[in-house]
Amino acid sequence: MSAVSDFLTAPWEHVFMQRAFLVAAMSGIICGVIGSHVVLRGMAFIGDAVAHSAFPGVAVAFVFQWNLTLGGAVAGLITALLVAVFSQNRRLKEDSVIGVFFAAAFGLGIVILSTAPGYSGSLESFLFGQILGISDGDVATVAVAGALLLLVTLVLNKELVAVGLDRETARAAGLPTFALDIALYAMVTIAIVISIQAVGNILVLALLITPAACARLLTDRLGVMMILGPIIGGGASITGLYLSFSLNVAAGGMIVLVVTAFFLICWCVAPRHGLIARFRTAALRRAAGAATGVPSEGTSDPITVA
Amino acid sequence: MTEPVLAVDDLTVELGGRRALAGVRLRVGGGELVGLIGPNGAGKTTLLRSVLGLIPASSGRIRIEGAPPAAARGTVGYVPQRHEFAWDFPISVEKAVMSGRIHRIGRLRRPGRADREAVDEALERVNLTALRRRPLGELSGGQRQRVLVARALALRPRLLLLDEPFTGLDVPTQELLTELFQHLRKDKALLMTTHDLAAAAAMCGRLCLLNQTVIADGPPSELRDPAVWLRAFGITQSERFLDSLGATS
Repeated sequence: MSAVSDFLTAPWEHVFMQRAFLVAAMSGIICGVIGSHVVLRGMAFIGDAVAHSAFPGVAVAFVFQWNLTLGGAVAGLITALLVAVFSQNRRLKEDSVIGVFFAAAFGLGIVILSTAPGYSGSLESFLFGQILGISDGDVATVAVAGALLLLVTLVLNKELVAVGLDRETARAAGLPTFALDIALYAMVTIAIVISIQAVGNILVLALLITPAACARLLTDRLGVMMILGPIIGGGASITGLYLSFSLNVAAGGMIVLVVTAFFLICWCVAPRHGLIARFRTAALRRAAGAATGVPSEGTSDPITVA
Repeated sequence: MTEPVLAVDDLTVELGGRRALAGVRLRVGGGELVGLIGPNGAGKTTLLRSVLGLIPASSGRIRIEGAPPAAARGTVGYVPQRHEFAWDFPISVEKAVMSGRIHRIGRLRRPGRADREAVDEALERVNLTALRRRPLGELSGGQRQRVLVARALALRPRLLLLDEPFTGLDVPTQELLTELFQHLRKDKALLMTTHDLAAAAAMCGRLCLLNQTVIADGPPSELRDPAVWLRAFGITQSERFLDSLGATS
């Protein structure tokens, strides 16, 4: 058996790795889709906040032996709701409100967890992921929640885009902007909670933001972006898991490093907006300027010279 | 006399306990382009937002073709200030214009033939058909303003509200827009806020001077009395300001 095919097939001999691949790929795909809206609205901080605020729910669920994903989702949703409500006060900007609540939630989570036996071990798996310890039930939870999430995204996409473009006009058109905000927060929360098992609480932000940011660099079309995001997210998760298996390093960290590598590559090679494209455009301009003897500063818009 | 497209009567609006508008009366009829003039904080944008039904009135009445703002939702074309719009969104000109019809398309549905026709027509009217597939991020300031106008026109509204459409645009672009608004006026009622007093006096058939309440309302030629302008803007004397209007004492 060649080294390459060995690299590709070896992990699949273990059942725990099969589950890990499934959950990692699904997390990457789901976060890639939801992350597109997060990146376009500039709400990366909200993602971070929700990730941390899921913590007390997971802690309570751990202490009482409930379903961890469900506990995290409930806590995340409550925090998201609190942020949305408290942000209605115009005197405080949303990011301040987020700062208040997510730190509070994380503090609550640590206090709760510290009362439980086996405290440090569960804390570590929560913070850094536990992708090799996933059960069949976890796989099913991620699959069902993910499918529902993608369906809701499909249903609300047009409205979410309209609010993102111009919230005032969307309101004037009769869209329930507050309810749509809550819906988006809820979607982000669920995407994050189901991905926490794969990469952990601290690194989950990378899965939410980075694939969508890569996709934004590669295209100027929303539809394409929302397809590229999940492809990059899923691809990076699987690649990271392969590398972590063969190099015997932490899975969550490796997945994040791979997706970050994707980002750096996109930043350099992206058409039109990438580093190389910008160099090339500048060189072409200089060449054109030298050939015609005309200074090439700025291209004039026919409207402004009309 | 025909019913005005927009009729505001005795409108009082309070924002956070502070009175923003008091006893405002305004009529805008079909074929009119009315300039809404006033200093910062005079309540110009508040008036537009009240007409859109975004702010509740404390008292008074707003009617758009006989209907209150809540019932007229989605029939008023609104052109917000350019900075209100997320120009970095990765969508094309035509998709942005289509987003104006979201109310008509309805939930869980894709744009139909009527929607596409309305978008085609709106793009044609603002002369953006050639750029319809261009990403928003690659447009100039004047082109962006025309995208916002087209988005409002996609509703085929009778009433068009324009908030500071000229701010930050160069003179040729302003002239192009002026021409567009004069053209749109023929089958619509236009209400436009602006800080460019000289341009407003030149292009609007009527000016409405607002500072919490209506200080004066009439054709530019009738607003020659400097006292009116000084009262609207709350200043005592400014030769240069009055000169620019041709309203010298």
